Amino acid sequence: MEKILEVNDLQIDFDTFAGSVKAIRNVNFHLNKGETLAIVGESGSGKSVTVRSIMGLLANNAKVASGSIDFKGRDILKLSNREIEKIRGNDISMIFQDPMTSLDPTMPIGKQVAEPLLIHGNVSKKKAMARAEEVLELVGITNAKNRMKDYPHQFSGGQRQRIVIAIAIVNYPEILIADEPTTALDVTIQAQIIDLMKELQNKIETSIIFITHDLGVVAGIADRVAVMYAGKIIEYGSVDEIFYNPQHPYTWGLLNSMPTLDTDSDRLYAIPGTPPNLLNPPRGDAFAPRNPYAMQIDYQAMPPFFKVSDTHYAATWLLHPDAPKTEPPVAIRKRQEEFRRLVAEGKITQPENDEGGVKDDAE
Amino acid sequence: MADNTSDIKLNADSFKPVAANNVDEQEKISAPSLTFFQDAIRRLRKNKAAVFSFWLLAIIIFISIVSIWWTPSDPNAQHVAYANLPPKIANGNIPGFTGKANVGGNIVDKYAAAKVPKGTYYVLGTDYLGRDLFSRLMKGVALSLLIGLLATLFDLVIGVPYGIISGWKGGKTDTIMQRIIEIISSIPNLVVVILMLLLFTPGLGSIVVAMGITGWITMARLVRAETLTLKTQEYILAAQTLGESPFRIALKHLIPNLSSTIIIQTMFSIPTAIFFEAFLSFIGIGIPAPNASLGTLLSDGQKTFRFLPYQMWYPAAVISIIMIAFNLLADGLRDAFDPKTQE
Amino acid sequence: MQNNPQPNERKKLIEVKHLKQYFNAGRRNEVKAIDDISFDIYEGETFGLVGESGSGKSTTGRSIIRLYNPTSGEIKFNGTDISKIKHKDMLQFRREMQMIFQDPYASLNPRMKVKDIIAEGLDIHHLVKTDEERDARVNELLDLVGLSHDHATRYPHEFSGGQRQRIGIARALAVEPRFIIADEPISALDVSIQAQVVNLLRDIQKEQNLTYLFIAHDLSMVKYISDRIAVMHNGRLMELSTANEVYNHPLHPYTKSLLSAVPLPDPFYERNRHRKNYDNSIENDGQIRSLQEIVPGHFVLATEEEVAGYQAAAEEYNLGD
Repeated sequence: MEKILEVNDLQIDFDTFAGSVKAIRNVNFHLNKGETLAIVGESGSGKSVTVRSIMGLLANNAKVASGSIDFKGRDILKLSNREIEKIRGNDISMIFQDPMTSLDPTMPIGKQVAEPLLIHGNVSKKKAMARAEEVLELVGITNAKNRMKDYPHQFSGGQRQRIVIAIAIVNYPEILIADEPTTALDVTIQAQIIDLMKELQNKIETSIIFITHDLGVVAGIADRVAVMYAGKIIEYGSVDEIFYNPQHPYTWGLLNSMPTLDTDSDRLYAIPGTPPNLLNPPRGDAFAPRNPYAMQIDYQAMPPFFKVSDTHYAATWLLHPDAPKTEPPVAIRKRQEEFRRLVAEGKITQPENDEGGVKDDAE
Repeated sequence: MADNTSDIKLNADSFKPVAANNVDEQEKISAPSLTFFQDAIRRLRKNKAAVFSFWLLAIIIFISIVSIWWTPSDPNAQHVAYANLPPKIANGNIPGFTGKANVGGNIVDKYAAAKVPKGTYYVLGTDYLGRDLFSRLMKGVALSLLIGLLATLFDLVIGVPYGIISGWKGGKTDTIMQRIIEIISSIPNLVVVILMLLLFTPGLGSIVVAMGITGWITMARLVRAETLTLKTQEYILAAQTLGESPFRIALKHLIPNLSSTIIIQTMFSIPTAIFFEAFLSFIGIGIPAPNASLGTLLSDGQKTFRFLPYQMWYPAAVISIIMIAFNLLADGLRDAFDPKTQE
Repeated sequence: MQNNPQPNERKKLIEVKHLKQYFNAGRRNEVKAIDDISFDIYEGETFGLVGESGSGKSTTGRSIIRLYNPTSGEIKFNGTDISKIKHKDMLQFRREMQMIFQDPYASLNPRMKVKDIIAEGLDIHHLVKTDEERDARVNELLDLVGLSHDHATRYPHEFSGGQRQRIGIARALAVEPRFIIADEPISALDVSIQAQVVNLLRDIQKEQNLTYLFIAHDLSMVKYISDRIAVMHNGRLMELSTANEVYNHPLHPYTKSLLSAVPLPDPFYERNRHRKNYDNSIENDGQIRSLQEIVPGHFVLATEEEVAGYQAAAEEYNLGD
């Protein structure tokens, strides 16, 4: 599988009056061509900062302390502003959370969709408008031809998000970054937008990085999942591996705290406490204080990634060969059983074979 | 990545489970507690221009307070013999304060010519009636600051409650109150003052009344707009559902959250008022003679500007400094209270 | 999730009858936020109100707590019409009914210390006499919501979203209410924190025998916390029944479409999910619809003629079980 983007050892600090906040702490991941990678995490886990650094959209007080982001053989972090502008909206584009604020209320939507074309491509205005119409049709704006001159306020929230997506894909970007694109939408609209994104991915063969905190959405859209906590990726693997065979106690906690249809118990599982303050990140595993499975080593040293399968890695000391055998929570064991059953019935394929046996993440 | 395990010394205890954690411990907040105002002042301190302006204004205000009881000499006492003396300090060694002037191409010691006794000198010279300009300037600045104080008072006593009531009540009340403001603000200030002259003699009284009629309007508008957004905030709704009375909501929730708007707007309305007074006095419908104000000093100085420029330079410099200092401080406060506007 | 088979025998704490709430009534920009809804909430239950944005669910909550005056209709709390509460009894009403808000960032006054926020109700209702008593009560409430005593002197901006929401809950509980309206209390929180807050709400309910109106758009959480659920759309109630009935045996097409859109953390389910679309036009065919009881305790917005169809559908579910 071809890697289209590779983030290596990324470290980003924010200068605040209280000191330097270590927002991203040694993050490594890559994006394969044509896949959807979901980055899951709570607010403050660093998922948005990570993708903003790819777009060169970091806040003024952010400082890249180390690392590289390789895209097409170039390190994005070392590019000048002008070079990044050439990539932004052309090779890599982004969809933001709020469709209300991502559109210019004073500009007709046809013009807004055509704008990236006029900036990046050497096309005539007429051609650009024709393309804009085509793309609006593609994202499901009915009667796009007659609505090109309409203004954003004349569309509903769901339609506006479709227009935002149209702007993002009008240049057929190689990478589409979606930062919580459905969080501000109602469930029915959310389902439509997710379906649309899946459909578009097939049509224009783009790779997607999908940022969200909603595990339900991840299950529906992702091929691979990376779970972030306190500025680090703590587990990554294929979507089936993460949902049916999670290894990190934080992933367990996340999956467990969502009520499912058959949750009838009296209490939901809740991860106790709150995420750590990244002003002084803990020495060991940042999740240790909230982890019911914590061991002494968790307070002393950051766990490295342990291999679960060729595509599945988790950073928890529980996977160390010397660690005592732990039973995951009941709901997680149920998931594992369910997974075995589905595989046995041939309804899903074993993840090891999922990627065609290609070894990535070998480093 | 997976092989950096070797750096860490593992021992038998490493994989011992740790007892359940105290949740309280995790939720401890270690950062020092900063109130909103402390945080704002911290930001203000970083703004050098604002800090400098603050101290400059503090000195000016101190001197003005002193002038209530003491000035170098009586600001209204006339010594026709000592008219139009140039500035002089002590023995006249400092350039610009030598007490000498150019009369018909010759440098003349005006103090000697006027037979001023040794040891008597005027720091900023005297005017055409021989009045001490420094004392008059002190009085003038004090008067300007008094005007500024009154403007603040009107802002707070009329503008703030007017804005809060209009914004909070909404509906018809708001519409009527806003129409009243529009009518008032459509009459030029100057017209109001001239109308006042029909009722009162020119002086502080008519200026104050004119300000009382129009000066608080910007404040009222800003406070209303802010109140409109604040009243939909959920903590205001929470106070309502707890049964808090509107008056107490205004006191406990609205005013503390309006305070930054109020402080900033006050800082902007003070120089406006000072300039308004100076302007009226300059055109002769403000403070009547013989009382000093920055406007009358400028007006007097302007008449002899070609021959005795110092009579206008100093009051002009002082009013400029006061205006700039207030504006810089107001800008600094706005950035400090509302960090969003900084970029 | 105590599904009482005879809900009629239980005491009604809230009765909403033909409530209408129009904004800008009679003008060109009239908005029918709530258009004739009726329901009851029984003492001790959790009543879930589900709907998408603009469905009128939050407006319903705010009308019940008298933040708005209804255009028409009647809301009874504990047998008395809340629009007829006299000024002197208003304070008592404000004590008995409380609200938890959606946005943990906007619901706490940024200029007040946590202890003054929590004690606001205590001060208004003069529930404490001395400062020591006030501090003791605030500490008690902090314990109740799982915050530590030294948080009392801090300011809201120092807390995380979940902690702020717990402060908001403590403020509501300070006046010892009987009925709490929770207006999307968890939708602004992270997943792991949502569970904390939901558990807290349940624990308090058991401990203090509270009645909840739980307003939300997240169906899975509502199903988990509620005894009965009403589905709201365009200012009207579409369906009302026990949580299990609405979830497992939905009758109204809108409810079905809503349920089919809820994403679940299960990739296999998601791959095979079939979304059902809801056609808005069936609401606007000019026929008069009202909530009809299809099977005991299960109401659907329907015309007289449509009842038979829904009954047949309900029958099918029963055969399927």
